[in-house]
Amino acid sequence: MIRTLPNSKTYSFSFTLYVVLYFVFLFAPLAVTSILAFNDSQFPALPWNGFSLDWFFADTPSRVGIFHDIRNLDSIMVSAQTAFFVSILATAVGTLGAFLFEQEDFRFKQLLYFLMLLPLVIPGVILGISILLFSNTLGMFFESNFNLDVGLFRPGFWLVVLGQFSFITTFVVLVVSARLKKFDRTLEEAALNLGANRLEVIWFITLKFLRPAIGGAGAVAFLMSFENFNTTLFLVGSQPTLPINLYLQVRDGSTPVINAVSFLLILGTSVLAVVNLYLSNKQSLSKD
Amino acid sequence: MKNQSRWYLFFFMTPILLWLFLLIVLPHIDLLIMSFRMEDDAGDMVWSLGNYLTFFTEPIYWATFARTALYSILVTVLTFVIALPIAFYITHVVSPKLSGFLMLLLLLPFWVSELVRVYGWMILLRESGVLNHFLVQLGILDKPVEMLYTDATMILGLVYTSMLFMVVPLISVLESLDKTLIEAAFDLGANMWIVLLRIIIPHAMPGIVSGSIVVFMLTLGNYLTPNLMGGKNSLWFTEQIYNQFIASFNWNQGSAFGFLLLLLSSLIIWVGLKLSGQTLGKVVK
Repeated sequence: MIRTLPNSKTYSFSFTLYVVLYFVFLFAPLAVTSILAFNDSQFPALPWNGFSLDWFFADTPSRVGIFHDIRNLDSIMVSAQTAFFVSILATAVGTLGAFLFEQEDFRFKQLLYFLMLLPLVIPGVILGISILLFSNTLGMFFESNFNLDVGLFRPGFWLVVLGQFSFITTFVVLVVSARLKKFDRTLEEAALNLGANRLEVIWFITLKFLRPAIGGAGAVAFLMSFENFNTTLFLVGSQPTLPINLYLQVRDGSTPVINAVSFLLILGTSVLAVVNLYLSNKQSLSKD
Repeated sequence: MKNQSRWYLFFFMTPILLWLFLLIVLPHIDLLIMSFRMEDDAGDMVWSLGNYLTFFTEPIYWATFARTALYSILVTVLTFVIALPIAFYITHVVSPKLSGFLMLLLLLPFWVSELVRVYGWMILLRESGVLNHFLVQLGILDKPVEMLYTDATMILGLVYTSMLFMVVPLISVLESLDKTLIEAAFDLGANMWIVLLRIIIPHAMPGIVSGSIVVFMLTLGNYLTPNLMGGKNSLWFTEQIYNQFIASFNWNQGSAFGFLLLLLSSLIIWVGLKLSGQTLGKVVK
């Protein structure tokens, strides 16, 4: 049953077959999507009509490749901008949170920690509608009391940023806290004894130690934001993010442009995933 | 010194309090309040249980709710049954050299957006899809059949989407399983099923619980997969919420639905934690 025990041939064979089938199941949709991005056809379907890069580069009336498709390019830009702000905000606040929960003591710490974990277990759809409701309530309040029309409270770019920030930050706190737990606090004491103040200690010593974790968390926060659908769905205004835009296209019928976008996404995230894994391996090796 | 440390506490705490109160606590209180408000006959907003009454009196709503809950349980069980052998294979069967590589391979698809993965299944399974093409070519089917938009494909999509959140906790608990226990069991005459039920599953319990909680919660709250793979027949509760908010613009009704979904999800998580004696902090890690 395990590698140190003698196994029957049928057992080993069927187990291996199961694992192979599992990986086929895992990769089939991604592989098919990527391959059909290069099919010389009007539809993302077989038969195979030959290799073509039309759905990337063409700019003819019948075929507009992704690099000339204004609507999709715009939504990629919107997603990138959203992810940029979300990852910066979430990384900053998340790092402060890690310091708060790892290095400070205060009343109701357990309660606040529990509150901080909640965004991970609230379904994204619920998070989306409650933030939509609350921003609307605030907007009406400001309008009726101060006669102010605050754009931030209407669905749109910044509301999407805030909505995604609300749960991605929890993730950053957990990742940075895990690293901060391993920090040798005698280093801080030594620096304080040698005359540094706490701000200097944090800036020159603790943050330096945390850098790989903060970088990794920032990258994952970027990706989570870039790909978020559930929460964004309710907060989006006139500028759709890439997942929302793709969803609308997929729902109303599809062209191989979607395959081309998907292929680029698969490529991009795979590179990011491998780099992230490589860095975190290096980090855990240097720790030992 | 004392004053200074208070200042640091304040510096760390303010952004956290702003985040949690403005984006989590107050919006959910607002959600609760909205769900108890309703227009009366004169068109004024009044306190009312009407939104919840609508839920219980209209069969379509509570039936969708029950259906969503039951299917989420089914998805959780299926995900567990499929993932356990994989986690065991990677931690105890395959050679350690290969296991790191398989682990990487296992995680890779889940970095890609859920939308791309669902889209992949759509072009595989639909009537003009790749699978149909091959089945017709091979002569297994006479003409293509529509495989999308059924409950079975919707379940398939949901299982696929949630797989990662089951496999990873299972792998991390099974890594600490002492293989000499299994060897001893075999020496004493146990067979594979006894080893599975009396050694592997009890040892993996913490991972099973945390995986199941996360999978259940994500499935319950999923919108994309049921909507695209289940089509009009999907009848997923999140779609009812979406319809109330975006299509009918009845935010009060939608809030009641949202709150009920939140309640169910919290209840299941609470029961799971109580049954296994774990805390939320341990599960999310």
